[in-house]
Amino acid sequence: MTKPVLIKGADLIGKGRSDVLVKDGRVAEIGSLSATDADVVDADGLVLLPGLVDLHTHLREPGREDAETVLTGTRAAAKGGYTAVCAMANSNPVADTAGVVEQVAALGRAAGYADVQPIGAVSIGLEGQRLAEIGAMANSAANVRMFSDDGHCVSDPVLMRRALEYVKTFGGLIAQHAEEPRLTEGAQMNEGPVSAELGLPGWPAVAEEAIIARDVLLAEYTDARVHFCHVSTARSVDIIREAKARGAKVTAEVCPHHLLLTDEAVRSYDPVFKVNPPLRREADVHVLRAALAEGVIDAVATDHAPHALQDKECEWAAARPGMLGLETALSISVLALGGPKDVDWDVLAERTSRTPARIAGLEAHGRDPQPGVEANFTLVDPAATWTVVPEGLASLSRNTPYAGSELPVTVEATFLRGRATVLNGKIQEETTE
Amino acid sequence: MKHLLTTKELTREEAELILDVTQQMADAVTGREVPKLPALRGRTVVNLFYEDSTRTRTSFETAAKRLSADVVNFAAKTSSVNKGESLRDTALTLQAMGADAVIIRHPAAGAPQRLTEWLDGAVLNAGDGTHAHPTQALLDAYTMQKRLGGIEGRTVAIVGDILHSRVARSNVWLLSKLGANVRLVGPPTLLPKDIGDWPVEIGYDLDASLKGVDAVMMLRVQRERQHASFFPTANEYARLYGLDERRLALMPDHAIVMHPGPMNRGMEIAASVADSPRATITEQVTNGVWVRMAVLYLLLTNGETR
Repeated sequence: MTKPVLIKGADLIGKGRSDVLVKDGRVAEIGSLSATDADVVDADGLVLLPGLVDLHTHLREPGREDAETVLTGTRAAAKGGYTAVCAMANSNPVADTAGVVEQVAALGRAAGYADVQPIGAVSIGLEGQRLAEIGAMANSAANVRMFSDDGHCVSDPVLMRRALEYVKTFGGLIAQHAEEPRLTEGAQMNEGPVSAELGLPGWPAVAEEAIIARDVLLAEYTDARVHFCHVSTARSVDIIREAKARGAKVTAEVCPHHLLLTDEAVRSYDPVFKVNPPLRREADVHVLRAALAEGVIDAVATDHAPHALQDKECEWAAARPGMLGLETALSISVLALGGPKDVDWDVLAERTSRTPARIAGLEAHGRDPQPGVEANFTLVDPAATWTVVPEGLASLSRNTPYAGSELPVTVEATFLRGRATVLNGKIQEETTE
Repeated sequence: MKHLLTTKELTREEAELILDVTQQMADAVTGREVPKLPALRGRTVVNLFYEDSTRTRTSFETAAKRLSADVVNFAAKTSSVNKGESLRDTALTLQAMGADAVIIRHPAAGAPQRLTEWLDGAVLNAGDGTHAHPTQALLDAYTMQKRLGGIEGRTVAIVGDILHSRVARSNVWLLSKLGANVRLVGPPTLLPKDIGDWPVEIGYDLDASLKGVDAVMMLRVQRERQHASFFPTANEYARLYGLDERRLALMPDHAIVMHPGPMNRGMEIAASVADSPRATITEQVTNGVWVRMAVLYLLLTNGETR
């Protein structure tokens, strides 16, 4: 039995200061408290948020343990304020069987830094041909509810229709990587003025929008749930807004990098800025920020995509797409939602914790502190800033696009079921329950 | 100038300096019994070619040798590149060998720019993907200057597969910087999207675009593009965008016909047009050597020993 923890003087989701007593992994009491037998965490000046939940994490294990492991990836998650991450299916072997998803979930439990909820593949081997054993994954110990071929689009409309229908049996959903593959053959960056000048084959916005439009219609037609991964264009937002207004069961996520960076960064030809979908234009960034604030975009998801050095230290076309996200997502979400002074912490909690937890079906996460709920929190310092040093990150990889940038807001502590995974801004080494 | 990666980054003064030095190179060497200058004696110039291009590689090699540099050909086919050595490792190897300049031809746009991060020596872009080919544009500009008496105020139509052409991109930036009016002509499928901000006029009708030109630059079009529906057939392309005798007659009498080579005779250019006295194609090849001498000289000496 771990010792009780008394969090003193935290601003609870920006709504006022209070003390929080945590016992046996749950919130015991809230108010003006003193407890002599508890470890006291001085949270003066800090904001307490429900632990962040990432709908889109590449942990790279099994298969690319040189880029990231479940252990290093979840340490990075904890450092970034996360208490739960959804692990994408594009591991090697692919998470398309009960065995693989159970293995990933078990690795997460063994690591103990964040809950790891595996996402299952929609199709065998992510090949877009035949459905993977979705039922077996749903009924496995990993209790998979979300399925995605992320990295690949489920482009075959028949397969997409069947997948949407099939997951209804257990209240599941399909997370679509919206990219019409014929429109993006050989694509290297956003198609627009910058690609025209740089001579890099373009990834047109319409390749995303066409699939989102189609899948909105399919989801409405089948009365099924669809979630759109990494929405990156202004027109995609329009389509999702209209679908929601009609009552379609549609949710959507945006990545931090699409809320901050633009395709102008590609002028450096530095592949650290290569990502899929690609960095878009300034106008898209503005629309995505507004849509996130408004709730048309439901959640921030990192698409944390670690890559080994040699996969980025090369020419642009040879580089693999993807960037780190877990340790910088909170800071950038705050920036995108108005900055540390003006951000509405309740909206931030909604987009980074409560809603993603609800989408993923993680009932113990995304809960505001009240007696009885699991103590999955993070404490952040809204007044502090930090400078991103790739070598200083907890991830095994170094491919952050923010190297050298000063970002607002630091994570001072993260609690997973009442245990500190991060304390005083440092990852805690003894975490096993 | 430390490197030459694109024509976009050149100032007008730098571009004019290169063209002036090109003229000096031509004057200094032409008519000599031994067409060689000692300017780069003891310097090592590496030709790092990841694409087959005997024409361009030979042109650079000739230019470097006429300046008395030591030339090393590091061809992708015969080196460790095929064994999967990364561009960075190759760069570090060349660095360790003490290359003073690396001339790189690479299928990936931006590869020369990446190389500058790993090398101390000068990097000279000899064509990267569909991005840039600055010495081709410079030799085109020099050819126009010689044949038309100048570039300022002249009108140039660049015709064909603009989308996949590094030559077109480099010419757009250079020629517009030097005061020319540039027209881009081709089917919309072969024009990049979103080029409204480029300093060019855009046209789909070749006949109309030939009115009043001083030069027309025909780009090589790969027949294989028909399989990706960029145009229906090679025949239809030739009918709509090929330069034949009828179209040649639409151009003013003084206007010249340029082509960066290699040509597809009968596709973008009729054989009789390619061989006509108004075509500058072999002249462009000759001028290419002078231009590359000028660029190598300027990059490696900063013009100090002139």
